Amino acid sequence: MRPETEDELAEIVAGARGPLAVRGGGTRGMVQGPGDVLETGGLTGISLYEPGALTLVVRAGTPLTEVETALAAEGQRLAFEPMDHRGLVGSGGSPTIGGVVAANVSGPRRIQAGACRDALLGVRFVDGAGQVVRNGGRVMKNVTGYDLVKLLAGSRGALGVLTEVSLKVLPVPETQATLVLRGLDAGEAVAAMSTGLGSPFEVTGAAHLPAADETCLRIEGFADSVAYRLGRLAELFPGHDAQHETDPEAVAARWAGVRDVAPFHGRDGDVWRVSVRPSAAPDLAQRLGAEALMFDWGGGLIWALTPPGHDLRAAMTGTAGHATLVRAAPETHAALGTLHPEPAAVARLTDGLRRRFDPNGLFSGTTAAPAAA
Amino acid sequence: MQMPDPDSRILSRRDAIVERLRGCLPADAVISDPAETRAYECDALTAYRCAPLAAVLPRTTEEVAAVLKVCHDEGVPVVPRGSGTSLAGGALPTADCVILGVARMTEVLETDYADRLIRVQTGRTNLSVTGAVEEDGFFYAPDPSSQLACAIAGNIAMNSGGAHCLKYGVTTNNLLGVTMVTMEGEIVELGGGHLDAPGLDLLGVICGSEGQLGVVTEATLRILPKPEGARPVLIGYGSNEVAGACVSDIIKAGVLPVAIEFMDRPCIRACEAFAKAGYPDCEALLIVEVEGSDAEIDHQLGLIKQIARAHDPVELREAGDADEAQRIWLGRKSAFGAMGQINDYICLDGTIPVSELPRVLTRIAELAAGYDLEVANVFHAGDGNMHPLILFNANVEGELAKAEALGADILRLCVEAGGCLTGEHGVGIEKRDLMADQYDPADLEAQMAVKDVFDPGWLLNPAKVFPLDVSEARRSAQLAAE
Repeated sequence: MRPETEDELAEIVAGARGPLAVRGGGTRGMVQGPGDVLETGGLTGISLYEPGALTLVVRAGTPLTEVETALAAEGQRLAFEPMDHRGLVGSGGSPTIGGVVAANVSGPRRIQAGACRDALLGVRFVDGAGQVVRNGGRVMKNVTGYDLVKLLAGSRGALGVLTEVSLKVLPVPETQATLVLRGLDAGEAVAAMSTGLGSPFEVTGAAHLPAADETCLRIEGFADSVAYRLGRLAELFPGHDAQHETDPEAVAARWAGVRDVAPFHGRDGDVWRVSVRPSAAPDLAQRLGAEALMFDWGGGLIWALTPPGHDLRAAMTGTAGHATLVRAAPETHAALGTLHPEPAAVARLTDGLRRRFDPNGLFSGTTAAPAAA
Repeated sequence: MQMPDPDSRILSRRDAIVERLRGCLPADAVISDPAETRAYECDALTAYRCAPLAAVLPRTTEEVAAVLKVCHDEGVPVVPRGSGTSLAGGALPTADCVILGVARMTEVLETDYADRLIRVQTGRTNLSVTGAVEEDGFFYAPDPSSQLACAIAGNIAMNSGGAHCLKYGVTTNNLLGVTMVTMEGEIVELGGGHLDAPGLDLLGVICGSEGQLGVVTEATLRILPKPEGARPVLIGYGSNEVAGACVSDIIKAGVLPVAIEFMDRPCIRACEAFAKAGYPDCEALLIVEVEGSDAEIDHQLGLIKQIARAHDPVELREAGDADEAQRIWLGRKSAFGAMGQINDYICLDGTIPVSELPRVLTRIAELAAGYDLEVANVFHAGDGNMHPLILFNANVEGELAKAEALGADILRLCVEAGGCLTGEHGVGIEKRDLMADQYDPADLEAQMAVKDVFDPGWLLNPAKVFPLDVSEARRSAQLAAE
């Protein structure tokens, strides 16, 4: 089923007799439950774009490339830098903006510009009863009623099918540069990244790539300002022979690689995404039983490549944070759970919300609800 | 503004309820003497007052849990209170409620500069969070005008913003985790030092839920390194339209100022008379502030001045030093105080798309003329968050009602222009009855469904946010169940 209007979509949901497998671009390697496939790809088009107000309203099935092209024409972009999962999970197709929102997909700039959920200003969605619900709007400051916008971001379709989203966009800076440090172990790298992120020089990316022996700090802005801040940043690491990468295309390629976890492309094994406090990352990473590691978000995001079926979460006891299974065989997803188990009190609230928004369990095939711990 | 009649069954059990509260709290933490509970009869929306049944001032999360268990058990509504600075009546009591104040919970629990976070008890004031880290070069970004007094608990309840959120975002963008107690007295941990939720983003819906889903007792907040420097520029224009166009051009040019503030002529005149900041007497005044090193500031302000000049300003003044910067901000920061000197006023908080600024300002002036009232405008222009101040005389019979009616018309105008009722103050009781102007019944039903899950008995701050007739079935179901 591929509705072309919100009304059609609402009718399909209202008339559904069994579970629905909701699909955007199908590029993110999400496990689909049983049920009729409901595609959002027919709901396309930019409804409103006001560059002077930094706001974009777009139907959920619109391809991400269409959004990015329209923004680029005005020198703007999605600041949260959504990852492209295709290289990592080996999928084809074309990502949709609704899928980006439903999975709260954010890249390296998340630490400075916020996640997708932070840029999301409004949503329209069809809940499990087939009811169209609107929340938020298209203005940057809005505290009118509860923030269901945040609840829908990253909900993986568990509460409803997104039909339209409003996003805050930002100008593309004039240029960008990377400071590359070498010879650091994970502990030293996280400490160095914390130093950079704790400086006033507005670091917009902080990643450590052990395989390449590189620890990278990104600066963006007007050319003179980038040159100044890159220099000041380098002064924070005396004794390091830091490389100044200033070719904008090389910088862009490097951070696209970080964003898309390029070091893991083409390698066998399961892929996990672990969110922790940066300072907890070096010790934890050693215990994960990983064959390869990559650190983003100043250490707060660990990408781990593990042998198939390995339960990485066992190593996280006593460490606050969560691990999501991003790439694995369906049996592994089923056995270990895609999402991190929640404490019982939180799981009860999550479960309560799912029942209220999806009373007939139409969207229960999605992997939104982690099992209770 | 109507509030529900107090439940006589609760009022008649007052002594027994107070006794149970005393049983779970230190002696000085329960206030029930009517002379003392009056201190909690209102917040900053002072037109509405009602003393609560009792007020409690716990010091720990465990004490909060104990209080909520008792109130849940007794079926007593609970109104959480931070510092009581809400302009929307978010902490307004009813006679049958217990005020749960977090004012004594002010500890800093943890500071971690490597991970760039601070964990505090939520009674701590906004400014004192920055105070705890500024010597080490950090700050907490959301800066509501009431930041000297307002508590983090209230900031989280209302998802407060401030003048600098164009660059740094509002509370929800700077909140990493909370310890929250449900109405049933269960302690729930959400988020922490790590980013994003493992499943549904419950933290995201707690922030801005106006104390209706749980009582937040501790918060993990993101702190940021202080910029090297900041400098404002003052730009005066002969019309609101031109000032609005200048704002839009600045944003489009790719400069991202930390603040773009807008004042109209009535506001400029009042501020000038009050603060003597040296403002020009013109139709519209912009204060634009940028951050960075001296050279970076020079460059950004150069671009901004170039854009400003293209719109033919009547005044263009850059701060030469810290003293001049302070003078430029002085008038703006004393705007509400200046208004308070000459009049009573209602401060509105609607947000509109920036492109609608000139049209909405014109229409506000027309509406005000129709009511024979004066409106001064001062607001965060970069994000379209308006603060029309409706001036009136509370001593004249009927003036408050007239001012409220004009306020409602202006907020409906904001919604009609593609904006919303409130950008950073919250709904409370003030905008409660206008919610149906912004949201369809299904939209409100979806929001109330969230409260059903967190607080099935509708005991937490129940008469706020949703129009009373819309929430009545849920609130009376609670009464019937007793």
